[in-house]
Amino acid sequence: MSDEQIRHEWPLFEVFVRAKRGLNHVHVGSLRAADHEMALHHARDLYTRRNEGVSIWVVRSADVVSSGPEDKDAFFAPSGDKVYRHPTYYSIPDSVPHI
Amino acid sequence: MSFDDAYGALTDHDDDARWAYGTGFADPLAGVPTAIPDGVDRADLAAYCLMLGDDALIMSHRLQQWVTRAPELEDELAVANIGLDLLGQARLLLTRAGEAEGSGRDEDTLAYLRDPHEFRNVLLAERSDDDFAHLVARLLVFATWRLALLDRLAASGDPVLAAIGAKGVKEVTYHREYAAQWVVRLGDGTPVSHERVQAAVDAVYPLVGELFETHEVERRLAGRGIAVEPASLRAEFDAVMAEVVAAATLRLRAATAVEPGRGRDGMHTAALGEILGEMQELARAIPDGAW
Repeated sequence: MSDEQIRHEWPLFEVFVRAKRGLNHVHVGSLRAADHEMALHHARDLYTRRNEGVSIWVVRSADVVSSGPEDKDAFFAPSGDKVYRHPTYYSIPDSVPHI
Repeated sequence: MSFDDAYGALTDHDDDARWAYGTGFADPLAGVPTAIPDGVDRADLAAYCLMLGDDALIMSHRLQQWVTRAPELEDELAVANIGLDLLGQARLLLTRAGEAEGSGRDEDTLAYLRDPHEFRNVLLAERSDDDFAHLVARLLVFATWRLALLDRLAASGDPVLAAIGAKGVKEVTYHREYAAQWVVRLGDGTPVSHERVQAAVDAVYPLVGELFETHEVERRLAGRGIAVEPASLRAEFDAVMAEVVAAATLRLRAATAVEPGRGRDGMHTAALGEILGEMQELARAIPDGAW
């Protein structure tokens, strides 16, 4: 195996960062690393150097299961006409105070 | 704890500084009194700040030289970040040195307009790195030593040095971790990486002796609770190095009897002249230039 091939063996990781007051970790990008520990180090150096976060998740990109473009209609179109699934569809009686 | 706010535990209400990305930067010396403590010899304090400041400044420059040369983009950024941390420490320390000597020299004058014999850094900081293994081995030694030093400096009787120590501990803890994980990765890696990082450790170790030599300035200031006696750091340094080296399946060769360097007295190798030639060129070519 050539050096060039070895270099490209580092797998891809997806990086999620949580800002101080954000509730959720937010996807910020990806990077290459030899393993999870190195991925955390690299994520710290690439994505939090401007004071962006207080917590990092890294996940191997290969472990992410995603919906594909071909699933779009079956997955998402049926919710487009179900307005009654939104709480604002319902009018709240005046006698219900805590809602 | 109330169930009305199930997500409360996720947020840190005690610190609103980072509510948006890239905000909340703080002046590291905010609220720190800058008067020179009573009874402290100003020349000694200035000399001591130069020692620690020059260590950071010269090491930072060596790290910056890895930009565009590191084996991976991610590591290039890591090394550059570490260099920037040390540059920040250097700025605070050189500024303090200027205040202590009271001659009006600021951080820029001290960094850009001194000659090699006026620099007080240890020789470890100025050594050039033959390859990435040399870089991480040298950084491991430097960060392990400096972390132990800054940790004790945080209790210094000089409030400015104490603040610099407290700030630096957080930074250098990461530097040490970064270097250690690479030394372990290379040492416990392939036969080639093992051999090269072992050679790097062997090459760097003769420079360790100087780190723990106590200079007379340090001894005098340590007596007043201002400075840290380097000799007192040796046990912690050796313990950390032994742990990392064992995890890396490396060996620390018996230290050959090398005369410790005298960087603290301004006696340097030619490497420092090369660094300063590069670092000071613009400032010396255009005095009072601003950019």
